[in-house]
Amino acid sequence: MQYFDNYLQSKGGYDYTNAKRNELMKAQGFKEMPFTKTGTTIVGVLFDGGVVMAADTRATAGSIVADKNCEKLHTLAPNIWAAGAGTAADLHHQCAHFNAKLKLQRLNLNRQSRVNEVITKLTSKLFPYRGQIGVALIIGGVDCNGPQLASVSPHGNYVYHPFQSMGSGSLAALGILEAKFQDGLTKQQAIDLAIEAIEAGIFHDMGSGSNVDVVAITKEGVDYRRNIRQYNAKSHQKQIPYPFPINNTPALRKYEFNFEKQELTEVGQEMEIIE
Amino acid sequence: MSGIFEYNGGSIVGMKGKNCIAMACDRRFGQQMSTITTNYQKVFKIQDNILLALSGLNTDIHTFYALMEKEINLYNLKENRKMKPTTFANLVASALYERRFGPFFVTPIVAGLENGKPILATYDSIGCKSDLDDFQVGGTGGNYIYGACEAFFKPDMNPEELEEVIGQSLVSGCDRDALSGWGGVVYVLTEQKLTVKILKTKQT
Repeated sequence: MQYFDNYLQSKGGYDYTNAKRNELMKAQGFKEMPFTKTGTTIVGVLFDGGVVMAADTRATAGSIVADKNCEKLHTLAPNIWAAGAGTAADLHHQCAHFNAKLKLQRLNLNRQSRVNEVITKLTSKLFPYRGQIGVALIIGGVDCNGPQLASVSPHGNYVYHPFQSMGSGSLAALGILEAKFQDGLTKQQAIDLAIEAIEAGIFHDMGSGSNVDVVAITKEGVDYRRNIRQYNAKSHQKQIPYPFPINNTPALRKYEFNFEKQELTEVGQEMEIIE
Repeated sequence: MSGIFEYNGGSIVGMKGKNCIAMACDRRFGQQMSTITTNYQKVFKIQDNILLALSGLNTDIHTFYALMEKEINLYNLKENRKMKPTTFANLVASALYERRFGPFFVTPIVAGLENGKPILATYDSIGCKSDLDDFQVGGTGGNYIYGACEAFFKPDMNPEELEEVIGQSLVSGCDRDALSGWGGVVYVLTEQKLTVKILKTKQT
């Protein structure tokens, strides 16, 4: 049995040891805590010579904002970036996994990574999991076949189109893109269009908010602007701080562990200890 | 039957200071509406400069802590050196994501000091790491503590101030949560020492 466990451990992949216990708990009526989702508005716009991708920066857990300034634009390769919507943990770990996989491949083959390679690998991974891995990605990059933009859905479907939007704010963003997109945009025009589309998502969708991140990829390189627009900076500063007097909170006991001496002492005599 | 995360109750909070970092937790261990003990440990010292706080289902708190102890001990034996806090933070994320389809019902907070710089990371139950904020909360009373933290926190506090602020945030937050409380413990980590203060709170 130990041998079998070690074999599975070395194979890698997911660990299902808790799955049966969790199913039993769910059957008894317990509800799970919601995973951090990215809510999100993400867009991609193809222009003459490259591709622009933009995202908002809010991560939600249920209706609470879990992270006010998270990063949704991930590097998959030096010339290929992904914008992600869906379950935040899946996005982060899958993107990190593909980044490493592509890097190994580049080291082995000594060739630049291609966008269609990324799409194939991703969809091959996602389809067997039947949509349980909740990643909805917009992949954009410039390779030997020119600039390309595609979106991948959690079930493993992919679509190539000159402009894309995904996430809960995608419909708001799509309105702007459908109205204002044209072929042959310049880089600055594409960036402005992408920012406008994200703005629509931020203001009209509750799952999206905070700031806008933008990345523009061309054959020459990558231009990443973190927080290019900030709409929700704190408008007021606390006038009067709340100064608590030191040792204000009553304590029962207090201990100190000194690292150099590696010894634990009880601090008692100097401060008022309440019995 | 409410949520799995509400079965045992408990709250944790972590806060960054100037070259120091603090963690606080309540002490209640309950089973839905009953309280079993009032001295349950939820913050663990993984290494001299790393603290791990766990909230959620207590059996998974215990199991996950044991798993992390095992990982860090094996690391120390194999690499013959201490683990960096940022490395440990990534280890926790990977360990949680490995169980993506059968997760541990815990929401950890990792606090550490790397070359004097405070590191604070929080995760959802499947390993989404969030490490850019100055304070993080977890547990059933977490949302109430958020409010207190937003009001009381100021950047670059020294260890004594930080101990007060985090203690007050924890106590204020837990007062509004029926499933947390029955005491509080505040851990303040600096380069030289770790101070542990057991707070006196309302006994309800």
